[in-house]
Formats: sequence, C-alpha cells, structure tokens
Amino acid sequence: MSSASVSLDSNRPRAAAPTTRKVRRRRQWWPYGYMAPVLIVLGVVFGYSFVEVVHYSFYAGSIGSLVWVGTANYRELATDPQFIHSMFNNFKLLFTVPIVTVLALAIALMINTAFRGVRQYRAILFLPYILPATAMGLSFSYLLQGNGVLDALLTKLHVGFLIHDWLGSPSWVMFSIGGVIVWQQLGFGVVVFSAALLAVPAETVEAARIDGANWWVVQRRILIPQIRRIIEFFVILQAIIVLSSVFTYVYVLTGGGPAYSSSVMEFYIYQNGFENGSIGIASAGAVVLLVIASVFIALYLWVRIRAAKDTR
Amino acid sequence: MQHVRNIARQLTLIILSVISLYPVWFMLSTALKTSQNYTLNPTGLPLHPTMGNFTAVFADWPVLTWMRNSLVATAVSVVISTVISIMAAFAIVFGRAKGRETLFRSNIALMAIPPVALLVPMYMLMVSAHLINQLPSVIIFYTGLLIPFSIFFFVNFFREIPEELVEAAYIDGAPHHRVLRSVILPISGASTVTLVIVNAIFVWNELLVALVFLQSNSSRTLMAGLALYQGRYVTNEPLLMAAAFLSILPLTVLYVFGQRFFVRGLTAGMGK
Repeated sequence: MSSASVSLDSNRPRAAAPTTRKVRRRRQWWPYGYMAPVLIVLGVVFGYSFVEVVHYSFYAGSIGSLVWVGTANYRELATDPQFIHSMFNNFKLLFTVPIVTVLALAIALMINTAFRGVRQYRAILFLPYILPATAMGLSFSYLLQGNGVLDALLTKLHVGFLIHDWLGSPSWVMFSIGGVIVWQQLGFGVVVFSAALLAVPAETVEAARIDGANWWVVQRRILIPQIRRIIEFFVILQAIIVLSSVFTYVYVLTGGGPAYSSSVMEFYIYQNGFENGSIGIASAGAVVLLVIASVFIALYLWVRIRAAKDTR
Repeated sequence: MQHVRNIARQLTLIILSVISLYPVWFMLSTALKTSQNYTLNPTGLPLHPTMGNFTAVFADWPVLTWMRNSLVATAVSVVISTVISIMAAFAIVFGRAKGRETLFRSNIALMAIPPVALLVPMYMLMVSAHLINQLPSVIIFYTGLLIPFSIFFFVNFFREIPEELVEAAYIDGAPHHRVLRSVILPISGASTVTLVIVNAIFVWNELLVALVFLQSNSSRTLMAGLALYQGRYVTNEPLLMAAAFLSILPLTVLYVFGQRFFVRGLTAGMGK
C-alpha cells in the first residue's frame, strides 16, 4: 500500500500549523473522498444559500413571479422605519453582553475555591442554558405579563412602584427580553470562566500571595488577566448571539409587539419572507444582517486564530 | 471574617439558584393546577395536584406526533452530521490534501453564521424539491448547520491522539477506513457522546427553521407545535405549561444523569 508509507508522517499538522514542509510530500487523494459528503452538504446549505440570498435580494414578488428590481429592496429597507427599528433593537440587546460577562465573571471568581455544594450550584446555574427557549419563553411570558407573577412579587415586597407591564410596554419590552437572555446565558458564562480559572497555574496565585497581594489584587492583577483571551472570546460570541440568534425569544415572548416595538432583524426577515411573502425584502434584510454579523465573525476568527497560535 | 464571607457566598448562590430554577418550577407547579386554582393563586403550591392537564395535552393536541417528529429530526440529522463530520475530520487531521486547512478554518467561520440568513434560499429550494411539510426538509438544513461545529470539535480531538497509534496501524498495512474504524473510533467514544448531546440539544430546541418549513400539524416538531398552540391556548395557562414541561423533560432528565457531557460539550467551542 503506497499510501500507508507516506502516511508515516511525523510532520502531521498540528493546530493551525500548516504548509512549511508538507509541500515536498506527495499529495493524497483519499482525503477528498472522506471530505466529499460534508462538502456537498455545506455546499448546499451554506454555499448555495449565500449566492441565492444575494440574488433574491434584487428581486420583488413572490415565488414563481419574481421580477428584477435592482437595489430597490435595499432602498426600501433604508427608509422602512420598521427595519431600522428592528436593527436598533438588536443593537439595544448588546447591553446584555457586559451584564452577562461581568456577572458570570464575578460568580466564577466567587466559586473558584473548593467548598460544599460548589458543583451542585454550578450545575443548577448551567441548567437554563440547555433548556429550549421556546418553552422557557412561554413560562416567562406568564411571569412577566402585566399583573403577572413578577408584578405580584413586587407588590408583596412593597416595591409596587417598580411594577410594569414588562412585555406590553414599548419602553420596557427590550429590557425584559434582554433579561430573559441574561437568565439563559449566565450559567454558560459561569461554567466557561470557571473552567478557565481552574486552568490558571496554582503557583502563579501562590507566588502573588507570598508577595503580600490580598484577595482583591489577586483577582484583578493575576486571575482576570490570565483568562483575558477567554473573556474577549466570550464577549464576541455573546455579541454574535444577540445580533443574530434571538428570534425565539421575540417570537414567543412578544410576537414582535406591541406594534413592532420588539421586532429584531431576524423577526423582520421572518415576517416579510414568510408571513407577507416578500422574498426580496427578506433576502435584502438577510444580506444586511450577514454584513453586520460578518464584522463580528471576523473579530471572532481573529481572536480564535490568535488563541490557537498562543497555545502552540 | 472568613465566616461572614462564606455565609454571604452561600446566600448569593442560593438566590441565584432560585432565580435559575424558578421558571421551571413555575412551569411544573402551574401544570399541576386546575385553571381555577391557577387564577386564584398563580404562585402558590399546587395543593391539590392534578394530572388533568397532561392527559388533556395528550388527548387534545397531536403532541405524540410532534414528539415523534422531533425525535426523528433530531436522531437523523445528528447521526448523519456526526458520521460525515468524523470522516472529514479524520481526513483533515491524518490526510494530506490541499485545502484541508482552508476547510477547517471556513468551518470555524460558518459556526457563527446566523441560520436566518440561509432561510429564504433554503425555503425556495425545499419548495422546488416538494419537501415543504416533510421532515427531510429540516433534516437537510439541520445537518448542514451541525457540521461546522462537529468538524471543529473532532479535529481538535483527533489532534490530541498520539501519532504513534495511527502510525502503527499504517505500518501494519491497514487501509484508511480500517484505521478510522479500529484505531480512532474506539478511543472517541466519550467525545462522540458529548458531541451528539450538544447537537441533539440544538435540533430539539430549534424553532425558526421548523416553524417555516413544517406548516402542517402532522409534520410539526414539538417546539414549532408549542409555539403555534401558544396563540390558541394562551388563556389556558396550566395546559400550555403542561405541554411546555413535557418539551423540557427529556433534556432535563438527560442533564441530571449526564451533566458532565453537557457541560464539556457546550463549552468545547471556547477552548483554543
């Protein structure tokens, strides 16, 4: 078997360590066969869709009767207050990113020692992250509705002035949706940061302690800088999530209401494409979303590749 | 001082735990009440628990069909994506073909693409393939969405496998598929379970694609059905909460027993 002998390659590529010496090696053909199935599926789901979504964004009309309209869809988006508002709502949700990050980091630092129940607490905090947003959104819709459970609790606690129609008031609704997002993402952050903190060498912390650093200084000068890369990465990931994966919360909690005030880009695309049948507008909206998301995806790639280089 | 700090920590964690669990508890306790009991006392304990809402959900809703659909969509897309991703990751790590590093890096980028951006073209494609209202439509889409993370996950895992293991098999003249099957797979069990769980959570919980592609009652997944019936039954809180509780039950039970797989898998993307 000729391929068997060439495979005895001590220069097998490690994480992102390509191309230096392998150029001299004979190219193999079998890997293409092994990669073919995913290439086909990725080609259809991503490749085809990327091309077609741009294509459809220059057309108007519904399935079967599409007409070329040039950039009219984009011009319409730019002047459609509903789209602008939806985009703005996605940006508003970015407020959850620092909240989740700071809270998760604080909790992770707090439980960064062995004490009774630490694993159970972590397991409980992580649970919301795995639960379906559809079902939990239903639960929250009853908790947060006007005169709902939260309002009843606020009355009992004698802070009745805080009572709101959390989902029914245009000025509060994005905060409420953001609150549910924080509820679901927090445990993820705690677990991610906890794992990163565990990986910080104990000697580093010990050395600082011997030099007389107190608890607060150890956290701020030693631990947080040590896990800086993970924090950066987490922040970018959360930003991508609130920009492009919050449809379920909006659909279940408010249906975009009241009167479009909680619509986000995904919801706008869904409504135009599949409730109003404007394929072109929906596609143009999707392209705008992709362009915005790609800024964050580029950041995310940069952080990821840099991290891979660090660990090499 | 240390003592005070410990109490403060325990107290904070108890409050956080209550906040984390309360929406689930509210779901269960409401599901166990009659409509009148709920209206009279929404937050109280279900003092006279009833299974009536659960029996009603099974009797009046096509919830068993939805569950079966969710199960089929999840099982098929997870199995296909896992198998073909293992093959691709094996080729990326142990083969030498031009473009494998490009494939790996593109997958990292694809992991972050919002599914909604692909929705219109995929819908048009499914319409022309006459697959709307049929499970294969979502299965194809989900398989595609699962691949990038799966490849990323397996490539990182395979790169940790000692080279000697693989080399020894090749010296013995084993063909590639045998190396994959009898060297790589036997040591990939725990990782594969982890990945399968992560992917299954994604598909089971997914709403947007299911909502758009599956519009007939007999083809809906559990989440799509739940979201649709929300509008119809919004004033019957206990009934809706019973259905919602059924939808979170499988994952919650799995989580209680296999917690470490969930945690390891869902945070795997945060490494390197």
